[in-house]
Amino acid sequence: MKNRKIKYAALASAGILAVSSFASCGSSASAEKEDGKITLTNVSYDPTRELYAAYNEAFVKHYKEEFGKDIEITQSHGGSGKQALEVANGLEADVVTLALEYDVKEVQNAGLIEDGWLSEFPNDSAPYTSTIVFLVRKGNPKDIHDWDDLIRDDVGIITPNPKTSGGARWNYLAAWAYAQKLYGNDEAQVTDFVKKLFKNVLVLDSGARGATTTFVENGQGDVLLAWENEAYLSLRDAPDDYEIVSPSISILAQPSVAIVDEIVDDRGTRDAATEYLNYLYSDEAQRIEGDNFYRPSDPDILKEYSDVFDLDIDLVTIADFGGWDEAFAKHFADGGVFDKIYEE
Amino acid sequence: MATAALPASKNVKKRSAETNIPVNSRTAQPDMIHEDGAGAKAVRALLIGVSILFMFVMMVLPLATVIKEALKQGWAAYQKAVTDDYTRSAIILTLEATVSALIINTVFGLFAAWAITKFHFSGKKVLTTLIDVPVTVSPIIAGLIYVLVFGRQSVLYPYLKQAGIQIVYAVPGVILATVFVTFPFISRELIPVLEAQGTDEEEAAALMGANGWTIFTKVTFPHIKWAFLYGVVLCTARAMGEFGAVSVLSGHLRGKTNTLPLYVEVLFQGFEWVPAFAVSSILVIMAVIILVIRNIFEHNAKTRSGGI
Amino acid sequence: MKIKAKRVIPGMGLSLGVTIAMLSIIVLIPLASLVVFTGRLSFREFVDVITSRRVLASFEVSFVTALIASLINAVMGVILAWVLVRYDFPGRRIIDGMIELPFALPTAVAGISLTALTSDKGWIGKIFDKFGIKIAYTRIGITFALVFVGIPFVVRAVQPILEKMDGTYEEAAGVMGASRTTIFWKIIFPEIRPAVFTGFGLALGRCIGEYGSVVFIAGNQPFKTEITPLIIMAKLQEYDYGSASAIALVMLVFSFALLFAVNLIQVHNSKILKGGR
Repeated sequence: MKNRKIKYAALASAGILAVSSFASCGSSASAEKEDGKITLTNVSYDPTRELYAAYNEAFVKHYKEEFGKDIEITQSHGGSGKQALEVANGLEADVVTLALEYDVKEVQNAGLIEDGWLSEFPNDSAPYTSTIVFLVRKGNPKDIHDWDDLIRDDVGIITPNPKTSGGARWNYLAAWAYAQKLYGNDEAQVTDFVKKLFKNVLVLDSGARGATTTFVENGQGDVLLAWENEAYLSLRDAPDDYEIVSPSISILAQPSVAIVDEIVDDRGTRDAATEYLNYLYSDEAQRIEGDNFYRPSDPDILKEYSDVFDLDIDLVTIADFGGWDEAFAKHFADGGVFDKIYEE
Repeated sequence: MATAALPASKNVKKRSAETNIPVNSRTAQPDMIHEDGAGAKAVRALLIGVSILFMFVMMVLPLATVIKEALKQGWAAYQKAVTDDYTRSAIILTLEATVSALIINTVFGLFAAWAITKFHFSGKKVLTTLIDVPVTVSPIIAGLIYVLVFGRQSVLYPYLKQAGIQIVYAVPGVILATVFVTFPFISRELIPVLEAQGTDEEEAAALMGANGWTIFTKVTFPHIKWAFLYGVVLCTARAMGEFGAVSVLSGHLRGKTNTLPLYVEVLFQGFEWVPAFAVSSILVIMAVIILVIRNIFEHNAKTRSGGI
Repeated sequence: MKIKAKRVIPGMGLSLGVTIAMLSIIVLIPLASLVVFTGRLSFREFVDVITSRRVLASFEVSFVTALIASLINAVMGVILAWVLVRYDFPGRRIIDGMIELPFALPTAVAGISLTALTSDKGWIGKIFDKFGIKIAYTRIGITFALVFVGIPFVVRAVQPILEKMDGTYEEAAGVMGASRTTIFWKIIFPEIRPAVFTGFGLALGRCIGEYGSVVFIAGNQPFKTEITPLIIMAKLQEYDYGSASAIALVMLVFSFALLFAVNLIQVHNSKILKGGR
């Protein structure tokens, strides 16, 4: 009796196993190239959705004219760090276009991208750049003009959390750069300045978009620290309610692009992927980037947008912090400066 | 205290089983009729009032917010958002994942509830608890564990790749995540009912020579059909709306592995406020459709039993 | 008698086999990976991660808000189920249909909507703001979101049981002069108790792990309104799998213990039921 039951149980288990493995076989990845059409997957981060929608359209046309072949681009958008993680874990991306060099490095550390990608394309493989600005309510009622206004007691700040949002690390570093200019190398005072600033932070959202919602839709705080392109997107939706203030010092944010070597070699898409990223530097693409509020890396085309972007901001770069690895270890790693700000 | 109530409650079950009337609230039972009618009315009014207020604050207002935001830029903008190609592929994928989850969890739920309530074996409590675990696992972790098992850093990955099987960041991953988060829903609805019902009737039927299938369909299922229906509705609703676990496993490939909730997120993060809410409203509409279907079921059952 | 019962009903081997096989493939094997990844940390590191002040503070936030929310849910869930089953009034069907809404609405949308409602500019938040009570961006806000997330569990667990009971015995008890409270506690509650516990346990488990809807309303201030899933998310962003799975494992063990306790109570209950036979 007992034996029979065990047999039943074993049989049933085996059956389920078989069914489940069949199920996964059936839905496995289909052939990549049907009817000779090339497909590319571009894994990008959140606010680039419209930029790449426009760029892909232009690129598909360009590719057809230049090479006479159809190409199809599949986009993926999400938090930059999360996207890097997914590529490292097996998301088949031909190219990555992420917010931070640090995130691309993570993909590299997973063994998918070869060393030297940073110099593979012009301008540190950053076809467009951005910076951190302040979004304030119309008329600037709290009279906010620069970073030192942000540590006043009557100012409420909204910024995403540098621990969860890659983009928000730039906000923090930009504030740090300002304080450094103010106090020289007196690190205690610099830390104190940044600490005061984060004391004024009312809501520490997990991502840039969440912070914007808190500021715009829910009316919290007096100033939003945001990437320039995102600030313009908010402004576009409600031009009468907000204005952008450019601080005296900010940081040059360089979103990085790279070819995922292991995947393109595997799929035989290296040429198309290279062309895809190269074309980001063409005049046409640079203007698409400018239209989507990213600063074109081509200085001449950037000048065409001088009425949009404040070109007089003193921009420090990540190199001033000793590069991403050093900046990350010092400020954002567990027990780093940012954690200490919130301790006690 | 409990024992005092028991003989009565046991009989309640018996009675409803004998007469085979699905005791259904829809046949508006008289409110407790005793002592002072005024007091009962007051309680009734209070409870209904509290319920309506609660539902208004917790459900109606958020729903109203969704609709208000979806229509903020007018009907045309709404229509454009919901008829988008990517929206359509997201709807299809969501339906696929939901149906798969429903089938798998129904099979599991029925077997599990049967095993747990009709037999005695050691380790039952552990088994019951393990079944519940998926609900309590943070959705992010739920996604993460599959990435760890099937992703690039897993030992299985080279074999999977060789066989051309892609699980994470592809449709199977989305389905797995959906199955996981809704895993206990059906069994969980069935177990308390079967537990309360006991095994007397099945034993009797078995002694009379009925086989397992007959016992299940003729004796057990009539008792559990309402609970089963709730389980199905719960499972469907949760499967459609699942975000966390799916988001970790999908890879957000637009037009390929984006479910509706993921697409909402992508739109929202891409600063497209109105389309995000418009697409959310599709989910609300889908939930309403499920509700209507459930009501039709209940209505049919009621009229049929009313005819006897 | 019991031994006999075990034998007469067919299908034990089959049903148990299917149950265990599916459970293993879908739940147990993947969860085991969590243990494997936590194993990358030394014991010392593991302890350091889970006892860092920030993580402990987040445990407190998550558990306290989830517990309060689930208690509210248990009470409101029973009331709602009762009202839906026993009373007939206009709009009952609509309420009945809306119970699953928290499941169908993507958690992010729910979070955004609830935050919009309860911030000091929102419809609800405005009213409370007059009394100086802030909801959004405080622990009250987190609790509010969790009540929303957990309510269907209790209602849908209790409802089927109530529907299976009819009013005869309450009536009889009423005729015999039992007061309404006595009837509830002596006749109705023992019947629905296992279901209430089930619903409460599931709601609590879900609330502790909830991320999507809470993260918008929480404000996420470290030590004040930072929830544990957010910390896990942060660790993942830092590619720190070890710490992330360590914290996740602690939550998992806690949830398991909690559910196990609920199930014990439930089994204990049904034993009482059977003993009364």
